[in-house]
Amino acid sequence: MSHASIETRRANGAMPRRPQERIVTLMHGAGGRAMRALVQDTLAAGFPAGAPWAVGLEAMDDGAAIPLADGWLVVTTDSHVVHPWEFPGGDIGRLSISGTVNDLAMMGATEPLGLTSAIVVEEGFALADLERVQSSMTTACLEAGATVVTGDTKVMGRGELDGIVINTTGVALARSVVRDSGLVPGDRIVMTGTIGDHGIALMAARHGLDFDGGLASDVAPINRLVRLALDAAPGAVRAMKDPTRGGVASALHEMAEKSGVGIVVEAERIPVSPAVRSAAEILGLDPFHIANEGKAILGVAAQAADAVLAALRSHPRGADAAIVGECIDRQVGRVILDTGFGRRLVTEPEGEPLPRIC
Amino acid sequence: MPETLARDDVHELKFRDPVKARALTAAIERVLDEIGRDRVSVMHVCGSHEQSIAKFGLRSALPRRLSVIMGPGCPVCVTDMPEVDEAVALALDGKVVATYGDMLKVPGTAMSLAEAEAQGGRVEVVYSASQAIDLARGTDDEVVFFASGFETTAVATAAVVLEEDMPANFSVLSAHKYIPPVMEIVAEMPGTNVEGFLAAGHAATITGSAIFERFVERHGIPVVVAGFEPLDILAGLLKLVELIRDGSAAVANTFPRCVTAEGNLVAQERLWRVFRATGGNWRGIAHVPNGNLRLRDEFAGVDARRRFAIDLTPLWGHAPTTLLQSCICGDIMAGVAAPTDCDLFGKECLPGNPVGACMVSNEGTCKIWHQYGGHPEL
Repeated sequence: MSHASIETRRANGAMPRRPQERIVTLMHGAGGRAMRALVQDTLAAGFPAGAPWAVGLEAMDDGAAIPLADGWLVVTTDSHVVHPWEFPGGDIGRLSISGTVNDLAMMGATEPLGLTSAIVVEEGFALADLERVQSSMTTACLEAGATVVTGDTKVMGRGELDGIVINTTGVALARSVVRDSGLVPGDRIVMTGTIGDHGIALMAARHGLDFDGGLASDVAPINRLVRLALDAAPGAVRAMKDPTRGGVASALHEMAEKSGVGIVVEAERIPVSPAVRSAAEILGLDPFHIANEGKAILGVAAQAADAVLAALRSHPRGADAAIVGECIDRQVGRVILDTGFGRRLVTEPEGEPLPRIC
Repeated sequence: MPETLARDDVHELKFRDPVKARALTAAIERVLDEIGRDRVSVMHVCGSHEQSIAKFGLRSALPRRLSVIMGPGCPVCVTDMPEVDEAVALALDGKVVATYGDMLKVPGTAMSLAEAEAQGGRVEVVYSASQAIDLARGTDDEVVFFASGFETTAVATAAVVLEEDMPANFSVLSAHKYIPPVMEIVAEMPGTNVEGFLAAGHAATITGSAIFERFVERHGIPVVVAGFEPLDILAGLLKLVELIRDGSAAVANTFPRCVTAEGNLVAQERLWRVFRATGGNWRGIAHVPNGNLRLRDEFAGVDARRRFAIDLTPLWGHAPTTLLQSCICGDIMAGVAAPTDCDLFGKECLPGNPVGACMVSNEGTCKIWHQYGGHPEL
C-alpha cells in the first residue's frame, strides 16, 4: 500500500461506524463541535465542583484561573501529538512549548512562571532526533521568556506509540484574566497575523506536496505579542482565543456562542499568505478550518481597536495583524462571512479537513 | 506584506472581482424588471456550481425573485441503493473496494460502505482512477474500483480501462451517470417550472456545448454553459435571464475559455469506446433512459458485474431505516423542494450522520446548505 493511501485511511477513521456503537473517532480530536461535546458530556463530567469564583473546567476556556490576593494564578495543560513530528517551520518540541505558553497568554497570563514537560517516546526513536526536539524546546523557551522546571519521561515499546508525545503544563500569574466569552456587540475582531499556515504546511508535508517551499508553520510563542496588545489599551481586550485545531472557524464560533453575540468578518480583510491561499485552493480546503499555532483572535472595544492594532504591528510576529470584523447583537452564536459578493455562514469543520477528492 | 499581497491576489483572480460582480447582479435585476414576473426559476445541474454559489454567498446578493435551483447535479447523491449494495456485497466478500471518499457514507439498502468496513469489509479511499490501479498493482487480491461521477469523471475511468498493462486483478463497478438525459426528465417533471438550465462548464469541456442543441429544440428551454468562478456564474445567469426575457430557446456558451461547441473529441471517443449509455434508476429521481454509463461488452473482463456473481440476497434481510422514509432528497434533487423543507434537515440528518445522500457528498445540496446557510437573511 502506498504511503498516500495509508494517510488517507488514517484520515478516514473519522467515518462513523455502526450508529449504535459509541466509540471515539478522529472527529472527536479535530477541535470542533464533536470534541467540545465529548469533553463536556464525558471527560469533564462528574468531577466535584471547583471554587465558584475560579475559572474552572465548566468554563471550557484555554486554562483555569484561581484568584490570589492581587491577581490570578493561571494553569493550563496540553498534550502534543503531530505527524510528522518535524515539519516545515518547526517540530513537536517547538509546538509543545508554544502551545502551552499561548494557552496561558490567551487567559492574559503572558509571563509563565514555569512549565512541566512529560515526554512519552517510542522505543527506536533516534537519540539525535530527541536532542533536536529538546533543542527546539529550549529555543522556544528563550523566545517566550519561559523555562521547564520539572518533567517526566516514559518509553513505550515499538509500535505502541507513533514516535513521540509531549505533554506540557504551564503556570503563570496574571494581573487580570481575559476570557473567551467577553465579547459585546460593537467589539472589533482583530487577528494577529495570517491564517492557515500551520495546518496547510503540515498537510502539504504529509501528502508530499511541494508548493515551491512557500509554506511553513507559524508555530511560535506569542505571549510577548499579546502583552503588547493588552498594555496598549488596558481593559479593552475583552476576549482572546488561539485558533488552533478547528481553525479560525471553530475559535470564532466558540467566542460567539459563549459571549452571546454574532460575529461578521470580511473575507478581504483576513490576512492569508499567497502560498496558503493557493495551496488551500488547490487542495479544496478552507483556510478558516485550518489550524494555526502562532496566532490569536482578539475581541477589542471599538474605540481601542486602532491602538491595539498598532501595538500588534510594532512586533515582528504581528506585522500582518488586521481588524477583520465586528460583533453584532443579532445572529447570536453565528459567524457570518462577507465574501465581497454576498454573505454566508461560516461553519465549523466536521472532522479533520480532507483534501478535495474530485 | 502578506495582507497587501493577499488583496492583490484577490484582484489578480479576475473572475472574483466583487465590483464586476455587483455590476452583473444589477444587470440581472434590470432584465428581471423587463421580464416583469415575481418569480423566474432556473436550474443548474452541478454540485460545483452550488459550491461556488454558496461559498461566495451569491444567493444573498441575487434578486429574491430569481430562484436558482440545484438539480440532480451530484453524482454521489443520485447513486442508487442497489449500486451501493453491489459494492457493499463485494467488500464483504473479501474484494478490495476502492472508491472516492464521498461514496463511503452513502446509504445502501442494508448499509453504507463505511458500515461494511466496520463489519470487516475491505474499503480503500482513492483520489483517482489511476490510484485504484496502483492499489491493484501492489496486491494479489481482487481490487474493484467502484466508480462514480458524471461524464467528466467517466473519461478518467475510461482512460485506465484502456491502459495496456492493466493488472489482471483490477475491475470496475461503474456507477457513472450521464447528465444530458436527466435534464430531459427534470424539464418534463410536473411542478418544476424550470425556465432555463445552467449547464456545467467542466462536463461541457468534454461533451461540447452543441450537445444541448437537441434538448433546447425539444423542450423550448434555453441552456447556458457556465464556469465556476463567481463572475462565470453571474455572467451565465445574466445570459440565461436575457434568453428567457427574449423567449429565445437557444444554447449559449459563457465559458468559451474552456468549452467549444464540439468538445474534446479524443475524450469523447474514449468515453464511448469504453462505455454505453443505458437506462437506470437515479436515486430519488426516476428511471432515466440512457442515464447510466456501463462498460461495453468488449470490456466484460474488467466489468465487476460480469466478472463476479454479486449476491445481494444476504443484504435484503435488512430494512432501510424508517428515517429514510421521511427523506425528501428526491424532491430536492428534482428541484421541487429545498433542504429547509425537510423535517430531518439539520436535526436527525447531519453531515456526521447523514440520512439521505444529499447530506453525504460535498456536492449534495443539503450538505452545502448545512455548511453555508443556503439562502439566509444575514
